[in-house]
Amino acid sequence: MRILNASGCLDALAAPEVARELDAFVTKTVTPLPREGNAPPRIAETAHGMLNAIGLANPGRERFLAEHLPRVRELGVPVWVSVGGFCADDYAETCSRLTGIEAIELNLSCPNVDEAADSAAEIVAACRRATELPLYAKLSAAHPDVTDVARAVAHAGADGLSLINTLRAVALDKHLRPALARGSGGLSGPALKPVALHAVSVCHEAAALPIVGMGGVQTGRDALEFAACGAADVALGTVLFADPGAPARVRTELAAACAEAGVATPGDAGPLTKSPETGRKVPA
Amino acid sequence: MPSSASPSRHRVTASERVGPYTLLRLERGDLEPGVPGQFFMLEAPGRLLPRPFSLCLAPPRELAFLVDPIGPGTQALCELRTGDEIGVLGPLGRGYRLDVERPLLVGGGIGIAPLPYLADHLGGSPPVVLGFRSGEHAEAAALLPGAEVAVDPVLVTELIEPGHDVMACGPEPMLCAVAATCPEAQLAWEAPMACGYGACYGCVVEIDGALKRLCLEGPVLDAARVRPPVEAVA
Repeated sequence: MRILNASGCLDALAAPEVARELDAFVTKTVTPLPREGNAPPRIAETAHGMLNAIGLANPGRERFLAEHLPRVRELGVPVWVSVGGFCADDYAETCSRLTGIEAIELNLSCPNVDEAADSAAEIVAACRRATELPLYAKLSAAHPDVTDVARAVAHAGADGLSLINTLRAVALDKHLRPALARGSGGLSGPALKPVALHAVSVCHEAAALPIVGMGGVQTGRDALEFAACGAADVALGTVLFADPGAPARVRTELAAACAEAGVATPGDAGPLTKSPETGRKVPA
Repeated sequence: MPSSASPSRHRVTASERVGPYTLLRLERGDLEPGVPGQFFMLEAPGRLLPRPFSLCLAPPRELAFLVDPIGPGTQALCELRTGDEIGVLGPLGRGYRLDVERPLLVGGGIGIAPLPYLADHLGGSPPVVLGFRSGEHAEAAALLPGAEVAVDPVLVTELIEPGHDVMACGPEPMLCAVAATCPEAQLAWEAPMACGYGACYGCVVEIDGALKRLCLEGPVLDAARVRPPVEAVA
C-alpha cells in the first residue's frame, strides 16, 4: 500500500522533506489559466474536520509546466499531477503536455469552483485520447450513486479511482455568518472517513480499478481500514497540517495494525470485507 | 520548515494568568527559539488543527507563549496544567529584521505577544508603546516593564513619535493605522492557519499585489508590501 498526499494538502517545494517521505507526491490541481484562488478567510475548523475554500489557486498550465513541475521532479519522488479544468478539452490539453511523471489524477470534483460543464466520463474519454499515462479519476461522494460515476469513468478509460474529494459544507462564525468568505467550502478530516470508506467499498465492487483511498486518514489503522474496503493505496490530507511527519508515522503504524489484525500485508485485509450494499464478500 | 518535520512533545512547566491572557510556559527541549516574530504551531488539546503563536519569551530551557482564550482551541491551551504535554512545531515563518537603528516597539492587545522576546533580542531597553481595550487587558503590559500604555479610547498610534524604526504587532485596524503613518514599519500580521508550513494555502493575505501565504512570506512584513482586507480598514 503506497502512501500519497491528497492533492492540495502539501507544497513539495515549501516542504521537500515531507514530500520525500511519500511514495508519490500529488501536485496541487493545475488549471489552464492561472488562478489566484478565493478571498480569505479560506479555512475553518469544525467538529472532527475542517472546511477549505482555496479555489484551485495555481500558477496555470504554462508556468506549471515551465517552472513548477521541473523543480518538483528534481525532488526524486514519483510525481502525480492533478489536472483540473472547466471542460473536457481543458483537461485533455494539459494531459497531452505531461511527460516524465508517474500518473495523472483528474480532479473531477472540486467543491470550491463551478462544476465542469462536461461529464466525468466525457472528460476521462478526452484525456484517454490525449495521453498514455495512467489516469486516476478523483470523484466526489456527493452523488446519488458514486458507483454510476465509477463505472462510467472506468468504461471511458480511467486506470484508477481517487476516492473521495471533500464534501461541500458550511460553517458559521459567532455572528451566524458563513465562516468562509466563499460561503461554502469542502469538508475534510476524520468526519469524512466513514463516507470515504463507503465510497471506496462500493466502487471497489462496482468497477475493477485500483483505488487511492482518502478522507480522514489519521493513523495506520485508518489506512488499513481503507485497504479492507478495497483501496490499493491511501492518501493523506488534513492530517498533514497538524503532523507533517504523518507519512512516516502512518507507514510505521500500518505495519503494526496489520500485525494486530493478523494480516501479512494491507492487501490481505481487502478480501475480508463484505460490500455494505449487498452483504456479499467483495472479491479480492 | 524547521529542522524536524514532525511536531515534538513538550511538557508544560507553568501556566500563568496575565490579565485576561495566559502565559503558557513549555520545556524547550531541542527546539530553537528562532528570530523574534517567528511563530510555532501548538497542538490545541482535543482539536484537529494546531494554532499559531509567536514566541513571547525565551528564558533558559523554556519557550513561553501568550494565549488569548478566544475559541475552543485557545481555551484548551489555557486550561493546560503543569506536567501536561503538547506537540509543538517551529520556529516557522519570517520574523523581524533586527538591523534597525532606532527601534520603537508597538503592540496592541494580544499582539504584544512577540514584543518581550523582541525587546530581549534588541537589548538596551528599546522604547515600547502598547494599546489595550481595557484596564484588565492592560495588566499584560507587565510583560514589558517601562512600556508606555494607552487604554481605549486612547489609541496606541497616538503614542508613536516620529523618527523611529517601528516594529509592530496587533489587530489589523491598528496595523493599518501604523502603516498609514509609518510606511517603513515592520508589521506582524495574523491569519487563520491550519499548518504553518505552506501546505494548506489557508492563510493568504494580499502581499505585493497578489494573494500569498502569510506563513511563508511573513508573518512579519514591511508595511508597504501588504494590502489588508477591506473590513480591517473600515
